[in-house]
Amino acid sequence: MAIVAQSSKFGTYGRPILAWAVGLLFFFPIFYMVMTSFKTDADAVKPEFLFFFTPTLDNYLNMAENYDYWRFAKNSVITAVLATVFTMFVGIPAAYAMAFNPSRATKDVLMWMLSTKMLPAAAVLYPMIYLAKGIGLYDTKVLIVTVLSLINLPIAIWMLFTYFKEIPKDIIEAGKMDGVNTWGEIKEILVPLAWGGIASTALLIFIFCWNEAYWTVRLTTIDAATLSKLIEGNRAPEGLFFGRLSAVSTAAVGPIVVLGWFCQKQLVQGLTFGAVK
Amino acid sequence: MGRIVLNNVTKSFGETQVIPPLDLTIEDGEFAVFVGPSGCGKSTLLRMIAGLEDLTSGDIEIDGENVTETPPSKRGLAMVFQSYALYPHMSVRKNIGFPLRMEGLDQAEIDKKVEAAAQSLNLMDYLDRKPAALSGGQRQRVAIGRAIVRNPSAFLFDEPLSNLDAALRVGMRLEISEMHERMKTTMIYVTHDQVEAMTMADKIVVLQAGVIEQVGSPLELYHKPRNVFVAGFIGSPKMNIFSGPAAEALGAHTVGIRPEHTDVSMTEGTWKGTVGVAEHLGSDTFIHVHDTGLADMVTVRISGDISVKHGDTIYLTPQADQLHKFDAQGMRVE
Ligand SMILES: Nc1ncnc2c1ncn2[C@@H]1O[C@H](COP(=O)(O)OP(=O)(O)OP(=O)(O)O)[C@@H](O)[C@H]1O
Ligand SMILES: [Mg+2]
Repeated sequence: MAIVAQSSKFGTYGRPILAWAVGLLFFFPIFYMVMTSFKTDADAVKPEFLFFFTPTLDNYLNMAENYDYWRFAKNSVITAVLATVFTMFVGIPAAYAMAFNPSRATKDVLMWMLSTKMLPAAAVLYPMIYLAKGIGLYDTKVLIVTVLSLINLPIAIWMLFTYFKEIPKDIIEAGKMDGVNTWGEIKEILVPLAWGGIASTALLIFIFCWNEAYWTVRLTTIDAATLSKLIEGNRAPEGLFFGRLSAVSTAAVGPIVVLGWFCQKQLVQGLTFGAVK
Repeated sequence: MGRIVLNNVTKSFGETQVIPPLDLTIEDGEFAVFVGPSGCGKSTLLRMIAGLEDLTSGDIEIDGENVTETPPSKRGLAMVFQSYALYPHMSVRKNIGFPLRMEGLDQAEIDKKVEAAAQSLNLMDYLDRKPAALSGGQRQRVAIGRAIVRNPSAFLFDEPLSNLDAALRVGMRLEISEMHERMKTTMIYVTHDQVEAMTMADKIVVLQAGVIEQVGSPLELYHKPRNVFVAGFIGSPKMNIFSGPAAEALGAHTVGIRPEHTDVSMTEGTWKGTVGVAEHLGSDTFIHVHDTGLADMVTVRISGDISVKHGDTIYLTPQADQLHKFDAQGMRVE
């Protein structure tokens, strides 16, 4: 009895407190960044102004004046959306084929796809840059969309495969007997049944695309530059303008944080592969 | 129309051959039942006819047309799965109408046919529910409804009743039989329940390890089992089968006698034994007899009640014209 009472006490008080503590710990850098974005560059480095300072919008005004935030943001939206759409468009049929018509090679193909994620990106940096320049796609959205799609496809296929595996094979076979072709099976049965998993996957891939920096920074200059590039560009050589950098960063991650906030449930489901119902 | 012919069909999964070369014809309008022990390849054979499983060799014809390479959706067959396999995201109405929608019928016609099917299956009150909100028996009806709406050339059933309780099973069995009488459409029905096979089939196909042991009408199989396996498989309670001196005395390597073809006496008879258990059903009595020297246990069935109990000495006499005789290979001899 005592143990039950104790554990339920932990359940009512301890666990939420712990969860909040961990949450705040993880959230602190973002909070700190947002806070810093309202300080002047001079105040930003002074410890006595850590929490108490005179807020200013200068950094944001400065950003609006000197950088074309909307152009970077537009590039981020376009490349992330297109890359997500393309990834899902290829990933759903691929995962469907592997989940419902596995061949002897299916396991190996899945492992191979995962193994591509183990390759250090730096190893192919120069080949990629030369290739991009060679075919005249350097600093184009086409290139960024392609690269973002390709680096995220393995994860998308793995996630989708896991979701599709949970659908009883009989239901797909019933569809075949009822006269649907392969495309119909995907459209009429698979997608509606795995909708939650598909949405979670798409959301996660979108976030990965938005946040991607390694390639977007190195494969663009102006035309296809995304918000990652904007942040990177503010590592000003003249010194560290923390206030300004924070304002730019806040503006860059803001949309995705808001999106993530509204889609929490989907994201949790996505990251736990549906284990939490 | 739905005449289905299998020519020299085989199936292997990797190295293991599940179906050795097999020929079978199912006539148009026939109710054929595949029956056999678990793992004998009944489902595999049915799925090959459906097109859900590729053939390793051989070919399949439906109404004279070779459909070996035709995808399931184009074979014009309907299937009812053991698990029902309803679409969980669709209402009963949508489930039943799904094959019609895929055919491209217009909505008014779909509605008409769905309602007609629902009416005949007593599903009118459930049309707007999702499958999750139905009982097992209701789900089964929806699965059948989805199969009948589009007038397939044949129905395929894979143990459709095995998830239902005993009472419901008997009811559905009758409904399916009656549906067949009414529609006269070819049906292939897989079961491992020989009572279902006997009561429903026009033609029973007895399978063992992918081999057809016998094809025939229920009474043919009952009266003239082709071999020891069929003799033991068809009939309930099982036929008593024995070899050795007692069989040789009757002039055969192996002899079988059905429980209902054995007369009982407390005073005299061919074989003497001790009663193990007597099951009194009222209409019938099943007596399980030990120490007869024939087999470990011999079962007899007599109509009406008879007062015997554990430990009684009992005499059994087979009805001479009902003996089944088999040679050393287990094949029937007349
Ligand atoms: N996909 C598969 N891969 C390998 N072997 C299989 C596969 N499907 C079936 N088998 C094997 O084929 C044999 C026949 O299986 P099948 O499902 O047709 O049996 P069944 O007669 O329907 O049995 P049950 O009455 O238990 O349903 C079994 O030995 C089974 O292990
Ligand atoms: Mg089976």
